Amino acid sequence: MNSDTAFVTDGLTRHFGSVVAVDHLTVEVQAGEVFGFLGHNGAGKTTTVRMLNGVLAPTSGTTRVLGLAPTEQGPALRRRTGVLTETPSLDERLTGRENLEIYAALYGVPRREIAARVKELMEVFQLDDRAEEKAGDYSKGMKQRLALARALIHRPELLFLDEPTSGLDPVATRQVHDMITHLSHDEERTVFLCTHNLDEAQKLCDRVAVLEHGKVVALGTAEELARKLGRGQRLELKVAPGDEETALRLLQEAPGVSASRENGAIVASGAGGETIPALVTSLASAGVRIYRVAPQQASLEDIYFALQGEQEVMS
Amino acid sequence: MNWNAVRALVRKDLKVVFQNKGVSIPLIMAPIIILVALPVVVAVLAPTLGDMGATGSAGGMLQGLPGSQAALAGYDEAQGFVVYVLVYMLAPFYLILPVVSAMSIACDSFAGEKERKTLEALLYTPTTDGELLLGKLLSAWLPALGIAWGGFIIYSVMVNLAAWPVLGRVFFPTTMWVILAVWVAPAAAGLGVCATVLISSRARTFQEAYQLGAVVILPVLMLLIGQVTGVMVLSIWLVALLGLVFWAIDATLLWFGRRTFRRSKLATQM
Repeated sequence: MNSDTAFVTDGLTRHFGSVVAVDHLTVEVQAGEVFGFLGHNGAGKTTTVRMLNGVLAPTSGTTRVLGLAPTEQGPALRRRTGVLTETPSLDERLTGRENLEIYAALYGVPRREIAARVKELMEVFQLDDRAEEKAGDYSKGMKQRLALARALIHRPELLFLDEPTSGLDPVATRQVHDMITHLSHDEERTVFLCTHNLDEAQKLCDRVAVLEHGKVVALGTAEELARKLGRGQRLELKVAPGDEETALRLLQEAPGVSASRENGAIVASGAGGETIPALVTSLASAGVRIYRVAPQQASLEDIYFALQGEQEVMS
Repeated sequence: MNWNAVRALVRKDLKVVFQNKGVSIPLIMAPIIILVALPVVVAVLAPTLGDMGATGSAGGMLQGLPGSQAALAGYDEAQGFVVYVLVYMLAPFYLILPVVSAMSIACDSFAGEKERKTLEALLYTPTTDGELLLGKLLSAWLPALGIAWGGFIIYSVMVNLAAWPVLGRVFFPTTMWVILAVWVAPAAAGLGVCATVLISSRARTFQEAYQLGAVVILPVLMLLIGQVTGVMVLSIWLVALLGLVFWAIDATLLWFGRRTFRRSKLATQM
């Protein structure tokens, strides 16, 4: 583990009775990275976060987080990490300000700094005008923002966000996304983002690990995963009616390209980058009237469902 | 030990608990009923006790209590009845107060947090397991102690007012009651706290924890039966011994709790 590593796990495993929640997880996350942990509910994301923070002991395997062993050095580690739990986990009978003040004390923020830090976060998260209201009276988006403010109260180096936009409306989701981007780009914090929202992961994460039944089934950038799965770039073409058959035939004849009709357009898989000009030229030369050419990168969603398909075939 | 964190935990729990009417109303009502209303009832009945004694009712009853004769030496029948009710029979009721108060607050501390889904955020804080346990214990024990000692002062005033028409002098608190308030009540509160925190850290809901924790009241109820039947009338030495037993149980539960309390166990229940 070098100084640029935020955390590393080696064969991290956790059983609950006969159920294997996390199965030999081996990953290394670099400092300053936004690392996505993708998986459906029950895939083992929350259990992993708990183990990485020393809240839950692993059944086997090892991990070092910020250079510390979570099981033995939990309190020292948790002073440097912040966690946004899946549910906001706020004391709803307390005001927004009280929630932050109490957690500031619990996280060891010096007493003389607490009031200023709470005020600052309340302003950043646009909660200052509702600071004296009970958290139970906040909207879902406000509760999520307050919980995020609480996770940041002690300026953690490593931030764990467990489904940060679950149940939020599009406006609140956008706000949370902007905040994560700000924390990563402007404040250079490492972010470990657990999500089952593929768009969110694609938008925010530098790398992703796809988790299926506690096991990492894919790890890398979206582009790397697409390449590994043979789901590289695709080309969407809109041609004049009557020219479609010719276009389809010509595309299918091109090496490494498969073409089909999708939603009134022609989609050529395996066509991308340097092959596009040649394909377009060959179509134009054959008299195909081309209205639109749109190169597309395989989305994380495509990759995710392709991986799920592979898992089903394997099982 | 990070005392700032422990203090923050106590402050958080107290703020949360006292905003829960389901907990705070019984905490206010129980002392009022036991320490104010019951002496008032005795005060109202006191003038008629002489007549009851004359007809043999009160005197007969006291004579039927085997341990009461020595305790009430020097009092006439009416005075003896008032003293026996206020000093001896209500003593176990008084002890129930810190136990029940501590239980109500302690049940809310872990099981209530699980129910409200606030425990997870707490587990991610840099508190150690020992600080977490101590914070939870103190947040229930301190208010229970406040209720016990505040209640003792109020009861002292109420008892003297109630007994004045019959006794005509200030006779309370007795040495036994001072020992009861200073030595036994904190231990009784500790008993309620330790047992309930241990139970509520394993129970999933406030109600479940409260029902399981009710078993703690049994020793105090046995004491009450001893007073009503006169089989075991409280004395200075018996009260001192009772405190010692309670403190010993507290120490055992605390030792057991410190050894078994693990945030990882709590995390598996969320």
